[in-house]
Amino acid sequence: MYRYIISRILLVFPTLAGAATLVFVLMRLVPGDICLVRLGEGGSSFTTQALALCHAEIGIDRPWIVQYLKFLWDLARLDFGISMWSGKPVILEIATRFPISLEVAVMATIIAVAIAIPLGTISALRQNSWIDLVVRTFSIAGLATPAFWLGIVSILVVLDLTQAISGHPWMPPIDYVPLWQDPIRNLSIVMLPALTIGYRYAAVSMRMTRSAMLEVLREDYIRTARAKGLINRIVINRHALKNALLPVVTVIGIEFAFLIGGLVVTEQVFNLNGIGRLMVLSVQNQDYTLTQALVMLTVTIAVLSNLVVDLLYAWLDPRIRLA
Amino acid sequence: MATLEPTPTDLPALADDIGLAPRGIFAASWTFLQRQPVGAIGLVLVLIFGLAGIFADWIAPYSPTANDFAVMTEPPSWAHWLGTDQLGRDLLSRILFGARTAFIVGLTSALVGGVSGLLIGVASAYFGGQLDLWLQRLLDIVMAFPLIIMALAVVSIFGTGIQNVIVAITIPLIPRCARVVRSSALAIREVPYVDAARALGFGHTRIIMRHMVPNVMGPFLVIITAFVGQAILAEAALSYLGLGVQEPVPAWGLMLQGGAEEYATTAPWIAVFPGLAIMLTVFGINLFGDSLRDVLDPKMRDR
Amino acid sequence: MASGTRLCAACLAAALVLAAPAFAETPKRGGTLTYVIPADAPPSFDGHREGTFAMLHATAPFYSVLIRINPENPSSTTDFVCDLCTVMPQPTDEDTTYAFKIRDGVKFHDGSPLTASDVAASWNEIIHPPEGVLSLRRSWYTMVDTVAAPDPKTVVFHLKFATNAFLPALADPFTFIYQKAKLDEDPHWYEKNILGSGPFKFVSYETGQSITGARNPDYYHPGLPYLDGFIGLFAPKQATRIDAIRSDRAAMEFRGLPPSARDELKSALGDQLTIAESDWNCGSVVYFNHKVKPFDDARVRRALSLAIDRWHGAQALSKIANVRTVGGIVFPGSPLAATKPELEQTAGYWPDIEKSRAEAKRLLKEAGAEGLSFELLTRGVDQPYKTVGIWLVDEWSKIGLKVTQKVVPTGPFIEAQRSGNYQVFSGANCHGVVNPLLDVQTYLPGSYYSGNYEFFEDPHEVALYEKTLRETDPARERILMREFEKYVLDDQAHAMYLMWWYRIIPYRSYVKGFKISPSHYINQDLATLWLDR
Repeated sequence: MYRYIISRILLVFPTLAGAATLVFVLMRLVPGDICLVRLGEGGSSFTTQALALCHAEIGIDRPWIVQYLKFLWDLARLDFGISMWSGKPVILEIATRFPISLEVAVMATIIAVAIAIPLGTISALRQNSWIDLVVRTFSIAGLATPAFWLGIVSILVVLDLTQAISGHPWMPPIDYVPLWQDPIRNLSIVMLPALTIGYRYAAVSMRMTRSAMLEVLREDYIRTARAKGLINRIVINRHALKNALLPVVTVIGIEFAFLIGGLVVTEQVFNLNGIGRLMVLSVQNQDYTLTQALVMLTVTIAVLSNLVVDLLYAWLDPRIRLA
Repeated sequence: MATLEPTPTDLPALADDIGLAPRGIFAASWTFLQRQPVGAIGLVLVLIFGLAGIFADWIAPYSPTANDFAVMTEPPSWAHWLGTDQLGRDLLSRILFGARTAFIVGLTSALVGGVSGLLIGVASAYFGGQLDLWLQRLLDIVMAFPLIIMALAVVSIFGTGIQNVIVAITIPLIPRCARVVRSSALAIREVPYVDAARALGFGHTRIIMRHMVPNVMGPFLVIITAFVGQAILAEAALSYLGLGVQEPVPAWGLMLQGGAEEYATTAPWIAVFPGLAIMLTVFGINLFGDSLRDVLDPKMRDR
Repeated sequence: MASGTRLCAACLAAALVLAAPAFAETPKRGGTLTYVIPADAPPSFDGHREGTFAMLHATAPFYSVLIRINPENPSSTTDFVCDLCTVMPQPTDEDTTYAFKIRDGVKFHDGSPLTASDVAASWNEIIHPPEGVLSLRRSWYTMVDTVAAPDPKTVVFHLKFATNAFLPALADPFTFIYQKAKLDEDPHWYEKNILGSGPFKFVSYETGQSITGARNPDYYHPGLPYLDGFIGLFAPKQATRIDAIRSDRAAMEFRGLPPSARDELKSALGDQLTIAESDWNCGSVVYFNHKVKPFDDARVRRALSLAIDRWHGAQALSKIANVRTVGGIVFPGSPLAATKPELEQTAGYWPDIEKSRAEAKRLLKEAGAEGLSFELLTRGVDQPYKTVGIWLVDEWSKIGLKVTQKVVPTGPFIEAQRSGNYQVFSGANCHGVVNPLLDVQTYLPGSYYSGNYEFFEDPHEVALYEKTLRETDPARERILMREFEKYVLDDQAHAMYLMWWYRIIPYRSYVKGFKISPSHYINQDLATLWLDR
């Protein structure tokens, strides 16, 4: 098993290198480049000299292989370079926007877990009752709604409701303040997006909790505990929930990595200055260094999550553990 | 997103249940309808939209792409049952033809992504060793890669157009299917009769196709069903970002993007009806998929 | 020399503010204006190298320029006034020398005085940039020979030839006046730093979020600015901006919103909203790749233009997109623009669309291109590109053409044009100060004008243009422009002009002093705005 663990961990590096290569090549296959966007976006004309000057300034006139090797070398030293669009270090660009994305993601997870585990459990305990049906409908509806549509509708509902009630339409502020600076304002900005993402996230987790609980509840040792006369509540808390939680936690862990991707659409809708919006922007601007860094960030989070899950399962599955 | 499915352990009964024998399909369908009324509702919903898409040419009252500046942003009326959009195009016709686009995108992506994932997952589980290790890492990369970058690359290089959108949506589906199939197939690989088959000299392909694939059908079918819904939602999200199917092709996601924000307060029907269409279709797919899983999971069977 | 302040009646009507009373109110002082900027972060703060309104809306309040369109009369196309100079000079030496006297007492925000040498240095950077420095609009100033500051209060421009295109080019809002000392030290300094002499001082900038400025107490225009400060919030999504105005998170935006936004805000806010509208110095144009058959044939190009019903199309589209006025290649408010009867003589503007389409079909048949199918390359931006694209596809289907749209993002869009990898593309011709002589260069062959990607040569067209460029008598200039226009749009149909855009600015009624202009680049220094609350 230790061989497995070590080889699994070592494989992270070629995986990341593969992802780096993929993003490098993909970005350069797209026609055009950041200089065209920068010079041509305003609709004005530009001369070939201007374009050449821009290329030289940014460094995209060098041969691909040179750029690629520099990219890998810098990556190994954790030097993420300068954003081609703004000329500022990539780390700075990302660091400025990371807090808000993280906050939304964490809040969405909290909301999701707070909804999913109790509701999923109740749903499993009262399988096929009307509660079960309502919860299941609620969760399937959550999976069926396009995330951006939900966001748009929620903003409009809030605007219309506040206008109807107080005469003044209300919308969350569009400029971000950190939590410690002004908690009320910060929460008012983050609440709607967190609920929008959290709803879908809860839907997935709820279904998983329900099916995991159902499986566990049928296990013999639960029947035994019940037969022994243990009160239902103790049975559930002590035995069933604990064992059901393992796959649930796994799913939550994996979904968290995909949450970052889901932020892309949500941050557009709510105009949040986060990582998702930065990614859309860097891709539209064809800002190679920034896009590469963002992709590596996302991929690393996902790869590490998968690593943790795989190791967890290796530990649990005796076939692998004893190999 | 893919969920981890319970591993089927009761193999022969499973094969029976899927109805691989021709007689079994009808029997299985009828049993399904009786035992899973909710799933049946889902199936009916899906069939309504599916048939609407197939017969759109005959049922739709107007052409979905004909601009009519005389009736721009008209609310629902007898002439236009669901109203018209900002270019005067009949919404009902666009939704009917949009069903066709949705199912083409959904079914193609799901099938191509699913089958590719199936083959990769089974091969990975069957051969194991280095192949498995490296294949999984490749799938890790694809799965972790942000969809928007993939979609932008495909769209910028090849242009927008329904086939390119399908490619962009299919790519992330493959590793998700492969992962699930692989975890099911891993269980089967250990079963004695596979070793026996190898000992008897059966080729890899035969063992894979004859023994492993049929036995991961359960989770595979559930995943594919989920994929159809996810592909439809992915098309909507890509259209919102401007990377999906383009005008004037009728597609629900595109209709949402065009109408949702601009006309949400002055002409809400432009966004409501495509949104409802997406929700009901995906809702139906999920209901059906859930019931399918309940049916195919042996543990659920003995209630 | 540009003629006086002659305005066309239509444009005057179009520029009317629809709510505020006509008599002047006394401006109140104080308050902070919050507005939204329809973009994400600008790439740099340097006005000389950037061309986007995102940068301008964020930084124009910090800087001064030499001359500009009169802020009290921004819809004029000929009313130029001084910002840093004292009086508009009369040109000498057969209209080739302009000597500007610079004001006294102008200071940069760091306290140092602004003199003619700063003005000359800034203009030299724009017109004759040093090696390695990018000046985006350099090609506008090919008529300028030298710029010099013979003494600390005079700047002299020497032209190679007299032309009416010079003054409008000089009034370009991107021509920020920088400090000579900083430019000498590091010509790239202004990309990441702000130091101007304008009505507001730079306070802070948060990437992708906001930019703030505070009142400059030493501003040289007495009594201005009225505001204490401003906050510009970056909001790339249109829906966010509309919702922000509705909920008073911001008072306005300065680009232009579509008619649906105006209607939505009007119904939500009633008289708390003022709406300003104007023709926009931007238009939708269709360009052809002359290297690709059959678009090398003028008959085919003309047929494609004849098929489009601009008069009725514009009327309908103006309800859902920010387009409105049908016009030729010259801005409708300019004295050089064609009148309706003149336009109706040109292919594509005939009043009888059936006759026009019949002629189109006839031409296609003659050229052997009946039932042609092709791809229209469109930029992936909604207003109005995509809407216009959908309309074009439908119009062309009426003469039996099968057109599909290929929609791509900005980078690939420009790349496809430059590499000639397209058949027909739908673009826009957008400018700041109305300067018809320069604005129409986009229809000239690529060898003359580097921004044309239609891959053709036409010496006759170039000769016509050069004659028009150097003609300084307004009446003769107009006749030449008509000839040029007819040649470009009809005889050769090098491009198809569709319609001019329409700028709609709905804003909160407590904002006063806002006068709309034909360009979202003009008059952005906020000095004359005040808040009534």
